[in-house]
Amino acid sequence: MTTPEPPLRAPDHVSPPADHADKARTALQRIADLRAWLFLAFLILAFELWSRASFGGTFLFNPFNIQSIAIFAVAPLLLATGQTFVIISGGIDLSMGFIMGLAAVVAAHVINWATPGMGLPLAVLFGALVAIAVAAVPGMVNGLLVSRLKVPPFIGTLGMFGVARGVAFLLAGGTTVPVQNSFFAALGNGRFYGVPWIVIVTAVFVLLMHYLLSQTRFGQHNYAIGANVQAASRAGIDIKSHLLRLYILSGVCAGLAGFLYAARFSAGAAQAGEPLLLDSVAAVVIGGASLFGGSGTILGTVAGAFVIAVIQYGLVFINVAPFWQFISVGIVIIISVLIDQAQRRFSGGRQSE
Amino acid sequence: MTPLLEVRHLSKAFGPVQALRDLSMKVHAGEVVALAGDNGAGKTTLIKAISGVYRPTSGEVLLRGEPVQFNSPQEAREKGIETIYQDLALADNLTIGANIFLGREPMRRAMGFLPVLDRRRMAEAAKATMALLDFHVNRLDAPVSNFSGGQRQAVAIGRAVYWNAQILIMDEPTAALGVPEQRKVISLIHQLKAQGRGVIFISHNLQDIFAVSDRIVVLRRGVQAGERRIAETSHDEVVKLMIGG
Repeated sequence: MTTPEPPLRAPDHVSPPADHADKARTALQRIADLRAWLFLAFLILAFELWSRASFGGTFLFNPFNIQSIAIFAVAPLLLATGQTFVIISGGIDLSMGFIMGLAAVVAAHVINWATPGMGLPLAVLFGALVAIAVAAVPGMVNGLLVSRLKVPPFIGTLGMFGVARGVAFLLAGGTTVPVQNSFFAALGNGRFYGVPWIVIVTAVFVLLMHYLLSQTRFGQHNYAIGANVQAASRAGIDIKSHLLRLYILSGVCAGLAGFLYAARFSAGAAQAGEPLLLDSVAAVVIGGASLFGGSGTILGTVAGAFVIAVIQYGLVFINVAPFWQFISVGIVIIISVLIDQAQRRFSGGRQSE
Repeated sequence: MTPLLEVRHLSKAFGPVQALRDLSMKVHAGEVVALAGDNGAGKTTLIKAISGVYRPTSGEVLLRGEPVQFNSPQEAREKGIETIYQDLALADNLTIGANIFLGREPMRRAMGFLPVLDRRRMAEAAKATMALLDFHVNRLDAPVSNFSGGQRQAVAIGRAVYWNAQILIMDEPTAALGVPEQRKVISLIHQLKAQGRGVIFISHNLQDIFAVSDRIVVLRRGVQAGERRIAETSHDEVVKLMIGG
């Protein structure tokens, strides 16, 4: 570590004027930064009012509703967590949904195979490790394609989407794979002081990912690569190894989601994550990330995932035709991108071309 | 006095194309040397050979009298030779401190065990370093995209200064900037000179060259067309050297 020398002034220096970043951020910008949480609060309030007006019951203060929404949000949130890292780096991972399905099928098979020999809990642990390790493989291939072979993430992970899908269906024999292990079922549906185990596991994992993104070099380098990959490379960051680890991480997130899916339903299904991929991208975008890369947070993504879960569950709760879910989520995505663009204009930041 | 940097009989060929032929130059501590020449004259090849991007075909580079060979820009940087690129090698979404420390972030232990980025140390170092360049910021948590072009150029220079670069190679540092911003960068170069660093300054703008340099080395088609002390030459003479009049 070197320390700067004492200041020396050239005789004819021109002092630069005060920088305009010194101005305080406006209230408007702060609100825009928190938009996902405001959306969430607004939605909950709307459902609460509707629920009281139409059948005199509460929406928010019903513990069953909160549990259901939380369980509902587990898989999309786990996918979205991995997706947040990838999108911040300027990429996208389209293969996550079927990596999740693959992991669910592998977990089911491995637990069925291991239960007689290992006993119930050990077989579940072994199944979890194998499922996550298997999920890391397509992630690693994605990482190698993007980092070494310079395949655009959209195309590389689209290819892996097909490969993971096919392998998952082949392993499952085209059907769902039921699991015979009571400990697994207890983990998937049991509660600890009223909180479902799978929600606890997800919360701990997401917290860990928040730490990884916001407090470590890996996270910092991820933001830098998303903003200016050349600058990151000139600063001595090993881009190839970073991207490899990034897509493995994304695969691991999908693997955990698949394992928890199998626990919840005591079965593995290749199509487990099929509808969740676009929800995961939507959660990241609603949470404030830019698809151009360089911005986004895990906390924003958590809010984004809950916005989607609350819309989906809430509309069913107030007995609206389920197809309105698609329309509402779509509108929320569009509004949130519009707010993002307006915010960039207001703050005078550079637009990416 | 031993020069900070000396280039002796440097040549670089790309296949049959001789981009640089038998070029020699010196940079002393506290000196600004301008490199001038038309497009394709070999300026960029020369600085890339000095900063470790290219291996010279023949000739040598000496740092404080010691011959050196760099296999990568990282190696050159470790020896105190830093290049400031025209297109600004900054991550716009990060703070000044995060840019200065990019790739070498300091860590601390939160609650005694959890390693986390030491943002306060980065901010403090950023503030101290930018003050050295007479650039005073309070909003150290703002991303550098909030700053103007000249200020961002100052951040790039600040990073080099913080890591104790002794020789700064600046490739067209004023090209993308407006006139007031150009003046700011010129004043930054004066600061670097006053701190005893060596600066190699590439520019197309003769006005900037005359405002800041001590000497000027003119290249033409890969060879040295002339070397003048700024005090003893004129715009006309430099232009004649450049175009070969």
